[in-house]
Amino acid sequence: MIKAILVFNNHGKPRLTKFYQYFNEEMQQQIIKETFQLVSKRDDNVCNFLEGGSLIGGADYKLIYRHYATLYFVFCVDSSESELGILDLIQVFVETLDKCFENVCELDLIFHVDKVHYILNELVMGGMVLETNMTEIITRIEDQNKLEKQEAGLAAAPARAVSAVKNMNLPQQIKDIKLPDLPAAIKDLKF
Amino acid sequence: MALRKVKGNLERMFDKNLTDLVRGIRNNKETESKYISQCMEEIKTELRQDNLAVKANAVAKLTYLQMLGYDISWAGFNIIEVMSSPKFTYKRIGYLSASQCFHQDTEVLMLTTNMIRKDLNSHNMYDSGTALTGLACFISGDLARDLANDVMTLLTSTKPYLRKKAVLLLYKVFLKFPEALRPAFPRLKEKLEDPDPGVQSAAVNVICELARKNPKNYLSLAPVFFKLMTSSTNNWMLIKIIKLFGALTPLEPRLGKKLIEPLTNLIHSTSAMSLLYECINTVIAVLISISSGMPNHNASIQLCVQKLRILIEDSDQNLKYLGLLAMSKILKTHPKSVQAHKDLVLQCLDDKDESIRLRALDLLYGMVTKKTVMEIVRRLMTHMDRAEGTMYRDELLQKIILICSQNNFQYITNFEWYVSVLVELCRMEGTQHGGLIASQLMDVAIRVVAVREFTVGQMALLLDNAHVIVGPAAARSSIAEVLYAAAWICGEFSQLLANPKATLESMVRGKVVSLPGHIQAIYVHNMLKLYAHIIATAEEEDDSEMIEEVTNLLLERLPVFVSSGDLEVQERASCIVHIVTYVQKCHKHGDKVGADLALLMTGELNPVAPKAQKKVPLPDGLDLDAWINDPPSESEEEEDDALEKEIFVKADSSYKHRKEKYEPSEEELQKLRDARRAEQASNPYYVKSSALSSPRPNHNSIQVDEIPVTAIDLNVSLKIPGMTSLDKYQVVDGWQDGGKKRHKKQKKRSKRKGQVSSSSEEEINRMHVVNTDIGEMPEGAHLSDDYEIDDRPEDDPHRALDINLDEPLSPNEVLPTRTHYEAHAQRKIESNNEAKLIPSEIPLKMKTRNKKERKEKKEKTKKVKKEEKKVKKKPSRDANLILDLIDPLKETVISDKVPVAANHINGIADAKNKEKTSDDLDFWLSKELSQTPESCMDGTTKTASPSTPSSSKDDSKSKKTKTKKEKKAKKEKDRDKPEKKLKKNEKEIDTLSRNRDEYEETNGTVTQEVEEKLAVPEPQPYSRLLAEDSHIRIVYSTAAMDGVMSEILVCIKFISQSSKPISKLQLILPDSSALKMIRTPGKLVFETGYRLFPPKEMGMAVFQRKQRQPDPQSELVNLPWSLDPGESKETQLSFTAEDVTIPHKLRGSLSYIQDGSSSSSDISLRLEFPVTTFLSGKTASRATFTDLLSSGQLSARSSFTLPNCPWSFPEVLEELTLGGSLAVVECVDQTASLYGRSLHGHHVCLLVKYQASHHLTIDGKSTEGILLSNALDHLKTTLMQKQ
Repeated sequence: MIKAILVFNNHGKPRLTKFYQYFNEEMQQQIIKETFQLVSKRDDNVCNFLEGGSLIGGADYKLIYRHYATLYFVFCVDSSESELGILDLIQVFVETLDKCFENVCELDLIFHVDKVHYILNELVMGGMVLETNMTEIITRIEDQNKLEKQEAGLAAAPARAVSAVKNMNLPQQIKDIKLPDLPAAIKDLKF
Repeated sequence: MALRKVKGNLERMFDKNLTDLVRGIRNNKETESKYISQCMEEIKTELRQDNLAVKANAVAKLTYLQMLGYDISWAGFNIIEVMSSPKFTYKRIGYLSASQCFHQDTEVLMLTTNMIRKDLNSHNMYDSGTALTGLACFISGDLARDLANDVMTLLTSTKPYLRKKAVLLLYKVFLKFPEALRPAFPRLKEKLEDPDPGVQSAAVNVICELARKNPKNYLSLAPVFFKLMTSSTNNWMLIKIIKLFGALTPLEPRLGKKLIEPLTNLIHSTSAMSLLYECINTVIAVLISISSGMPNHNASIQLCVQKLRILIEDSDQNLKYLGLLAMSKILKTHPKSVQAHKDLVLQCLDDKDESIRLRALDLLYGMVTKKTVMEIVRRLMTHMDRAEGTMYRDELLQKIILICSQNNFQYITNFEWYVSVLVELCRMEGTQHGGLIASQLMDVAIRVVAVREFTVGQMALLLDNAHVIVGPAAARSSIAEVLYAAAWICGEFSQLLANPKATLESMVRGKVVSLPGHIQAIYVHNMLKLYAHIIATAEEEDDSEMIEEVTNLLLERLPVFVSSGDLEVQERASCIVHIVTYVQKCHKHGDKVGADLALLMTGELNPVAPKAQKKVPLPDGLDLDAWINDPPSESEEEEDDALEKEIFVKADSSYKHRKEKYEPSEEELQKLRDARRAEQASNPYYVKSSALSSPRPNHNSIQVDEIPVTAIDLNVSLKIPGMTSLDKYQVVDGWQDGGKKRHKKQKKRSKRKGQVSSSSEEEINRMHVVNTDIGEMPEGAHLSDDYEIDDRPEDDPHRALDINLDEPLSPNEVLPTRTHYEAHAQRKIESNNEAKLIPSEIPLKMKTRNKKERKEKKEKTKKVKKEEKKVKKKPSRDANLILDLIDPLKETVISDKVPVAANHINGIADAKNKEKTSDDLDFWLSKELSQTPESCMDGTTKTASPSTPSSSKDDSKSKKTKTKKEKKAKKEKDRDKPEKKLKKNEKEIDTLSRNRDEYEETNGTVTQEVEEKLAVPEPQPYSRLLAEDSHIRIVYSTAAMDGVMSEILVCIKFISQSSKPISKLQLILPDSSALKMIRTPGKLVFETGYRLFPPKEMGMAVFQRKQRQPDPQSELVNLPWSLDPGESKETQLSFTAEDVTIPHKLRGSLSYIQDGSSSSSDISLRLEFPVTTFLSGKTASRATFTDLLSSGQLSARSSFTLPNCPWSFPEVLEELTLGGSLAVVECVDQTASLYGRSLHGHHVCLLVKYQASHHLTIDGKSTEGILLSNALDHLKTTLMQKQ
């Protein structure tokens, strides 16, 4: 079982949090903070497993994380999950994000956290791995996006126009923050 | 209205959306909280509006704020509003928000039940998908109970996407509503064989989660998983399955033996590291569980270790980490094979990665031997010096102590060395393990008598240098604890002190007052011990000067402690002050009190067994709860309690340990002492008690006083002068020293002569003896724990899921369904009636069943004859039998010949059945074991050579197991002599297939009917004409294979009507959109006989006994045989249908060549599948039947009337049961109720009324309206046709 999935940036700012076990908001923030402290002090060339953040679970639990450019993707899992399997799952997750957002960067996660959640929901459900096949995941997401567009129809046009205008202010250069070259990362992947 | 809508839209444009909110927060970095509270206000107003779009937007923003740590539970109701929106977009926002902030105790959840149910059953797949995902996050006990049934229906959805999610959700349902597990489990099990790999994998996932917590209940599933493991290529699933096996093997060692082969093969063949790693892990688990060695046992370990070494040597840190992790598991049972890789592990200690270093440390713990302990500890100590970060250093320290102290200091040969290590460890800055070191010091001092003097000397030095240890950094650490040990040891064994007075002085002076209270108390108390010792010796020597000096010293210093804030210290100090003053007074009078004073402290200290206190038996007549005196008033009592706490609770654990010491009576003590002395006397290794009185070390110890004491430079060095350095011991001990080694070798040889069994490690002489008694125990008490504890916390939901799944379901075990209140009441009455009726029903059914069985046998023997005959309609009973055969969940009945009146729906619990399941597993396991030599072929690699020996072996095996069948096989053989060659081959396959039956039975997946028919082609029920021409006639019959396979079996029979042989028969049956033939992948597994669990698909095509397999992709089915004139043969095909509620048709053709003619002829075929094909008649008991009717599940109704039915009532019934695949539940006079279940689990219930005037009425109820109306239509037409 996966107990929690956290995504935060190099400064510990949460970009996505998903807890499959209930914690109140205060506790959640504390967990994020602690996890960040544990993960951030580790070099990039050490292993991706960490035992026992004190807040989530006991000895049975492990933190498995990957660091992409400015973001940490941390999964807290118990012993029923395969460590290398989860690493691959993170990779699948990130690659899916990359496909869905076209060159995903931290900003995408900042502004579209809801979409990221929907994508994650197609990978993991209630703490259990739902699907690992990327094409299947993307089909599902695209289907749902289509559905959303259909529903929005004409009524959403003015709203979209307004938000387009608003979006023009958005400094494009921030987009430069990019995740590492994914194809290269895939090569390193061991599965 | 329209205007309002437009207005709403316009307003919406200027509302902040999520993007605006995020941007706003980013732009207000300094005043973030202010900005957010402002936004919260806006959100609150937005939520108050009617427009759902506005609300959804607000909720979306709230979800974002939740991530930042803001509580949004106040908006629960609004979230539910958004969830209930008909629009997918908003619904999704709502569900996301709910999944982020709701939890099982959220109160508003109880409002959602019906809404979620609606969403689950929505037409839009993604609506239900969203609901399923959301539900997985916030499901509560109530929701689980109310929605369990809806989730179950989704299991049979036609969309794999929903099935997959529903399967996963089931796990959460089980956690919250454990009662659902048993009724739902059969369905879940079916999903293991789902055609969609995603669903399959989800089912594996769920069962693995369940089994991980309660493995024993899932042991019976092992064959199914084994089959999956050998046939699947999905790595995700394989990993899960292999992990599951890892959990199962400790319970069933035989399973482990069976697993080794396929796992080793996987290890060799897989390229996926994750899979490789899990395989190794499970192999290790297997090896641990197998206590007795297997022949290739060692090879497996070697393989694992070797593979792990590759992992550890990999540059990838992750693999290195995992390799070490797995290695430590091997270490527990096979330390020898790991010890060979000591170099590697030590190398990992230098790794820059802390996780890896910690793992390597774990490994070291088990790699220690008497020879290596010193070296390893030395390395660890140097690491500790270099290590940064107290956490890691503490870990190291703890490991060092663990390594040394394991198994009662098993590996320590030189205790002086160990004491020095401990003393050295005291110099560690900021450690949290002061207490640990202290208890080790005390342990060694007490238990290793020989090294006591040395220890005391070291402790005296420690006390002397207390200020070094308790440096400025000591505040945050617990290192001061070692002073506790030092003070105690010096006091207790004061007679061994070289210079008691100096020690007393060092105890008195210095900043003792700054130490923690309990340490001060120990100081004070041990000062008295020292004092007593000094006085006693001084009196002997008439050294009055000394006496005076010491007494004055104490009297001068003790008042500091008397005014201590710590009560314990105060009490002891004032007590001692009075004693000392008294002694002083006595001395003034010239009295010698030294001996008397020393008497206060005499008495030998014995270790006490850890549980001795608990085990003290309660003497007769002692009531611990009774008041000794009259109970005091309440207020007083409270005060007393508080006081007591103050005094007694402060002591730390080691201190307490002493306090708790069991005080035996004098006689008991004497007895124990005698016993111990006797034991010591007989123990050649024990240093005799003379060591106690005049302890002369029997080793070349370094005399403490020989070491020059140099001045300490406080600021620079933390080294305590006078402490023996560790390096010395390695030379002293000389285990590396070449010269000594030679000496040792000689010793070895000489020892070998006398003592063959001694291992090489034991050759290192232990220099000291440890008292390793378990310690004192009260008489009659045993150390062992006599109770087993479930260590899971009370609230762990998995406790509730410890449910036996093999027992058949009882009638009341059904998932709760929505019912109206009245219906409920009615049902109760009815079921009461049922309860009375059932018992009388059973014997009757038993009888008929026996009859059936006999009949079946007869038919089997008549096989060949009947084959020749034209297919006839059978009496209804036989039809029932066939239906029974087809009911997969009845396989126990069939194989066991135990009549059971009910099928799985009601499944009256019978013990025999349960027995059976365990027998099945046993059978599977034992069978497999004898098979091992053959089955050593890789499960996934297929060797195509059709090896007759192996199949004949199988043949013989099946003979062994089923003698009855063997007989029959013989008969068959005799009869089939003319077509020897073909038939022989056939027979082999036949027996083989039966052999497989055995497995299938144990599997719970029932395919054997198919094979059964191969051997015994029973006249088919209700055969229909498929096609006919002048040469050939083809009839077919269909049967639903319910259960695991969810297939329709079509039996096609070819009857030659020509005078010439017909050959090259070729069926062309293209799949229609809704109906698909299940084809065999081109695996030649069947011929090899190695596969014990051939994939289920092969049931059909391979089954046709041919060498040429049909191309899986083509629609061609080549029939390998030819038809001789007048002969008839049959083939079986299986189909799956996506939608079972509508009738299907399949067009195809048959081509064949008649001998003599050059061209082939074609006949076109039309296979019809009326909806009744998809029904399987289950003889439901009346109880479940009425349950079903009253449950309200059967929402669809339909009926028809035939005013002029030419048929008699029995004929009608026969038609319904045979043609309609329904089963009669109850038949009274001219009325009958029938039941059928579709492949996808829809229920169909019919009530047939037949009135005297040939007036036939059939009323139907079903869970699925379309199915029912189609079924009734079909029945009507068939009945009409007969007219």
